[in-house]
Amino acid sequence: MDKVLKDKKAIFIFVFPALLIFFVAIILPIISSTYYSFLSWDGIGKATFVGLKNYVNLFVNNTDGFTKAVQNSFTLAILSVVIQLPLALLLALILARGVKGEGFFRTIYFIPVIMSTVVIGQLWMKIYHPDYGMLNSILENIGLGRYAHAWLADTKTALFAVFVPIIWQYIGYHMLLLYAGIKSVSPDIYEAAKIDGASEFKMATAITIPLIKPILQVCVVFAVTGSFKAFDLIYIITNGGPLHASEVPSTLMYNTIFNKYMYGYGSAMSTFIIVECLIFTLIMGKMFNAKKSKED
Amino acid sequence: MEQVKKQKIKSSLNHKSNYAPFRKKITAKSIILVVTLIIVAIIQLYPLIWLVLVSFKDNTEIFGGNVLGLPKLWRISNYSSALISGNVGVYFLNSVIVTATTIVISSILIATSSYAITRMKWKYSKLTLIIFLLGMMVPIHSTLLPLFLILRKIHILNTYWSLIIPYVAFALPMGIFVMTSFLEGIPRELEEAACIDGCNIYQIFFKIVLPLLRPSLATVAIFTYLSSWNELMFANTFLNNPKLKTLPVGIMSMAGQHATQWGPILAGLVIATLPTILIYIPLSNQVQKSLMTGAVKG
Repeated sequence: MDKVLKDKKAIFIFVFPALLIFFVAIILPIISSTYYSFLSWDGIGKATFVGLKNYVNLFVNNTDGFTKAVQNSFTLAILSVVIQLPLALLLALILARGVKGEGFFRTIYFIPVIMSTVVIGQLWMKIYHPDYGMLNSILENIGLGRYAHAWLADTKTALFAVFVPIIWQYIGYHMLLLYAGIKSVSPDIYEAAKIDGASEFKMATAITIPLIKPILQVCVVFAVTGSFKAFDLIYIITNGGPLHASEVPSTLMYNTIFNKYMYGYGSAMSTFIIVECLIFTLIMGKMFNAKKSKED
Repeated sequence: MEQVKKQKIKSSLNHKSNYAPFRKKITAKSIILVVTLIIVAIIQLYPLIWLVLVSFKDNTEIFGGNVLGLPKLWRISNYSSALISGNVGVYFLNSVIVTATTIVISSILIATSSYAITRMKWKYSKLTLIIFLLGMMVPIHSTLLPLFLILRKIHILNTYWSLIIPYVAFALPMGIFVMTSFLEGIPRELEEAACIDGCNIYQIFFKIVLPLLRPSLATVAIFTYLSSWNELMFANTFLNNPKLKTLPVGIMSMAGQHATQWGPILAGLVIATLPTILIYIPLSNQVQKSLMTGAVKG
């Protein structure tokens, strides 16, 4: 058996193709992207090394509103954590409590998660349509026609209008994660609390939520890094407009690279997004670990 | 430990309830809760129902005020015009080709490399696994421009391969993660017996191991299907040829060109979503599990 398992040729045949593709499409690009971020390059002419100049330009000169875009992505992250996650948690608690049609509701809530962002984007563009959209029709039907609005064309509402579908789409995902977490809590614990006469609310806040902290952490990390990286829906619905009102780092990066051909500058943006996500993930890990060792 | 956590979470989707400390009685409270659930279900589902309804309407009906209600006449013609003059048929076929090839190639590579990593004996197996798993943290943004340049250099921009290769690459980390932990749980006796019977390594892998891997291959395939069927950023950047566009990009350009033709556009959206829904309805538990595996990696 050992001899068979040490077959060098077989190992090579089994692993090499995967490793090659992985290297060409992931490792190499990551390294090059970081390297490009130190260049001034339009992709055709000669590239010159400019050191940290691209990064300085992102924040100091700030001609194309990168800081505003970062701010917007932070707003989305905060909204996700304070609106999306609590809603998801509430739904998960209600569902896990054991209602009729538990599986049915779970299935329905999850549907937006598996749909293409293009479908969701187009759908919401039609919903927001100023003349024939669902939102304005509903407002008029219930007598609130004066609030009807060109939601996506107004710099005041565009940002939030585009955030709604993002939050809407992933509620089901977070709900499912939390639901699975709650379901894996041992029922004995609740029995004991019940005997002690704890209320349902008390049980949720004092038992369930502390016990599913690791999953809550995963949800927070996903919600925040997902917001930092958000691209598809914003690109489809507003492409950062009107007048950069709904710009986020990734849409700005895309347009900087593929419309303005500033490869170095755009790569600095994408590197910033990765570093930002990495730092946040590390901080979250540290915070939760610190708490854990305190409790132990 | 991770293994246990995952098992727990997975199994929690199956059996009814071990939490449910409050079942039984019908009270005012439980009615309020169920009503809340129903309202949320409507909010999550109504946009889709609206999509289907409007996809059967024509402009006079939509713009004449009947946006919300049932169509007066179920116009299938919207679907035929989306498929034929809107090219949705072509886009659909492209998506099928790209997604199917991605699933086949990635499944094979994931199975073979996971097998070599967990079972076969070589010096760098651990290191190789770590390198693959690190790939789970890589956001696709950072690879977009370099990939574009690499694909241009090897002259496969504007071919199906310009999507298949990156899709396979991004399917590998998660797939190898799922597959290696699954392989750890399979006893080795069968393989040893086959070895004693004189099978060589390829026979052992293809005849004995591969059939055992089916359940986790399904998890991986679902995951890969969803990410490649829906992927927009790469498809939008690496393909210019309208004949090769996949559904997400194709529908975006169709919506841009025929902005006023709501019926056919929405019909196109329904067509693009249909396969996903058809997979989801019978396999909803499996799909949910498959998408959660990424989160419980610990």
